[in-house]
Amino acid sequence: MAAYFASLNPTALWNAAPGGLAQGLIWGIMALGVYLTYRVLNFADLSVDGSFATGGAVAVMLILQGWSPEAVLPVAFLSGVAAGFVTGILHVWLGIPDILAGILTQISLYSINLNIMGKANQAVPAGAVTVHFTSNIRYLGQTIALTLIVDIVIIGVFYWFLGTETGSAIRATGINPHMSRAQGINTGRMKIIALAVSNGMVALSGGILAEYQGFADVKMGQGSIVIGLAAVIIGEVIGEAVLGKRLGFILRLTFVVIGAVIYYFVYVFVLWLKFPADDMKLLTAIVVAIFLAVPYLKEMRKTSFHALARRNSRANGSAKEGKEN
Amino acid sequence: MLELKNISKTFNAGTINEKKALIDVSLKLNDGDFCTVIGGNGAGKSTVMNAVAGVWPVDSGQILIDGEDVSALPEFKRAVYLGRVFQDPMTGTAGDMQIDENMALAARRGQKRTLRWGVSRKEEAEYRELVKRLDLGLEDRMTSKVGLLSGGQRQALTLLMATMKKPKVLLLDEHTAALDPKTAAKVLEATDRIVGENKLTTLMVTHNMHDAIAHGNRLIMMSNGRIIYDVAGEEKKKLKVQDLLQKFEEAGGELSDRMALS
Repeated sequence: MAAYFASLNPTALWNAAPGGLAQGLIWGIMALGVYLTYRVLNFADLSVDGSFATGGAVAVMLILQGWSPEAVLPVAFLSGVAAGFVTGILHVWLGIPDILAGILTQISLYSINLNIMGKANQAVPAGAVTVHFTSNIRYLGQTIALTLIVDIVIIGVFYWFLGTETGSAIRATGINPHMSRAQGINTGRMKIIALAVSNGMVALSGGILAEYQGFADVKMGQGSIVIGLAAVIIGEVIGEAVLGKRLGFILRLTFVVIGAVIYYFVYVFVLWLKFPADDMKLLTAIVVAIFLAVPYLKEMRKTSFHALARRNSRANGSAKEGKEN
Repeated sequence: MLELKNISKTFNAGTINEKKALIDVSLKLNDGDFCTVIGGNGAGKSTVMNAVAGVWPVDSGQILIDGEDVSALPEFKRAVYLGRVFQDPMTGTAGDMQIDENMALAARRGQKRTLRWGVSRKEEAEYRELVKRLDLGLEDRMTSKVGLLSGGQRQALTLLMATMKKPKVLLLDEHTAALDPKTAAKVLEATDRIVGENKLTTLMVTHNMHDAIAHGNRLIMMSNGRIIYDVAGEEKKKLKVQDLLQKFEEAGGELSDRMALS
C-alpha cells in the first residue's frame, strides 16, 4: 500500500491537468450537441457514437488531401449534419423508434467511417501540417484558448437559435408534440433539424479531437454518448447545486461544458491513480448510472409503497407503546 | 363556415376490436354558429373533433372550412384554420416554456417559423394586455413557466392561445371537464365572451347537459357514431335537460353516469 502511494507522482498529475482541461473543452462541444437532442428534443440519440468518429475521419482525410486544418472543421460539421439527417429520416419518415433509429445510423457509420479512412485509423502527418488544436505541451495554452472560444461561440449561437421562432418550435416539439402540431408546428421537420444540428456539433467535436490527438480512429466515438450524457448530467447537477433557481439557460449550457471538463479531470485523476485504462468505460457507465439514479431514488424514498409501510409501522408501533404506558 | 360531408371513420378495421366511430356524418355550421355536442361514452363526440383537427385522415368523406377541402391536410397544416382546447389542461400548452413563449407559438400558427426572435418586444406588451383580460393575475407572471399554473389557468391560457389569432373554427373538446365547478364556470364564461366578441364558429363537446343547453345557438346529440338530434335557435333555447334525456333514450343510447348526474 505504502509502495503504491509512494509511486504516485503529484507532479505528473499537475502536468496532466492542462491536457484534461483541453480534452474536456473539446468534449464539451459534443456534450452541447447531446444536450440539444437529449434535453431539448427529448430524444436519446445514439447516432452520435458514429458521427463523432465521422467528424474525426473527415477532418483527418481532408488534411491528408492537403486541406488546411481550419477549413476541414466546417466540413466535419456538415458530415455530422448529414448523419443526423439520416437518423431523422429513419425516425420521422420511416417510423423507426428513436433509440433504434440512432443505433441503425451508428452501426452504418462504422462501415462508412472505415470507407472514408480506408483502414481503422489514419494519422495527421506530424511536422508536415501545423495544427492549431494541438496536444503539443508547448502550445497547449493556445489549444485551450482556441477551444474555449469555440465553446463560447457555440453556446452563444445555441442560445440565440433556441430563442428564435424555429428554436422555440423545436423546444415545444420536445416538450409537447401534441400541442405543437395544434399550433401548426411541423414536428417531424423540427426533429430532423435538431438531430442534424446536434450531430453536426458532435462531428465538429470529433474533428477537433482528431486534430488534438493527431489521428482519427474508427473506434474513437465508441461510448461517446455516455460521455456526453455524463457531461450533461454532471453539469446540471452541479449547476443546480451552485446556482439553484438562478441557473438560467445560458448558464445551464455553460455548466454542460463545465461538466465535460469535470469529467475529464476525474478521468485524468483516475488514470493517475493507475486505474487500468481499459476499465474507464465501465467507470464512466457507473458514474452516469449513479447520477441518473440518484434523483429517482430520492423521489422514491418519499413516495414509494415501501416507505409508506415503514412510516405506518413506525406510527403504529409508537401508538402501541403509548397504550402500554 | 365548417362543413362535414358524409365522413366515416372505423378504428381497427378487420380486427375483433373494430369500432365504427363515425358513420356517414354530415354537419354544416354557418359563420358564427356556436354548436354544442353531447352524447354518451363512445358516441363519437371527440372523434368528430379529431376528424376536423386532422389527428388522422378520415376513411371517406370531405371536411370543408370556408368552402376549402382540408380533409387531405395533415394536422399541423390544418392548424392554420383551427383553434383547439383539449380536455386535459396539460395538453394545450408547453409546460416547460414561459407564458409569453407559449403565446408566441400560437401567434405564429400558419406562419413559417423563421430565425427571427421568438418573442418580440412589441408582442410582450400585447400579450400582457390579452392575459390581463382573463382576470387571473397572470399578467405579472408572463415569464413564468406554464407548468407552474393551475389547471384552470392553463385552460384559460390555452383558450386565449386558440383564439388570439382568429381561427375559422374553434374546437373545444370537453375543455372544462377536468376542472372544479367554480373554475369550470369561469372558463366557460371566458369562452362565451371570447366566442361572442370574435363571432367564432365553434364546436364544443361537453358531458354536461346544462352547459350544452345554456351555451351556444345550436346543439347536436351523437350516438354510436351518428348525429341523432340537431336543434337550433328558439327551439334550442326552450330545451330542458329532461327533453334531452328523453331524446337520448328514444335513440336507444346508453346514458353515461356523468350525463345522468349532471
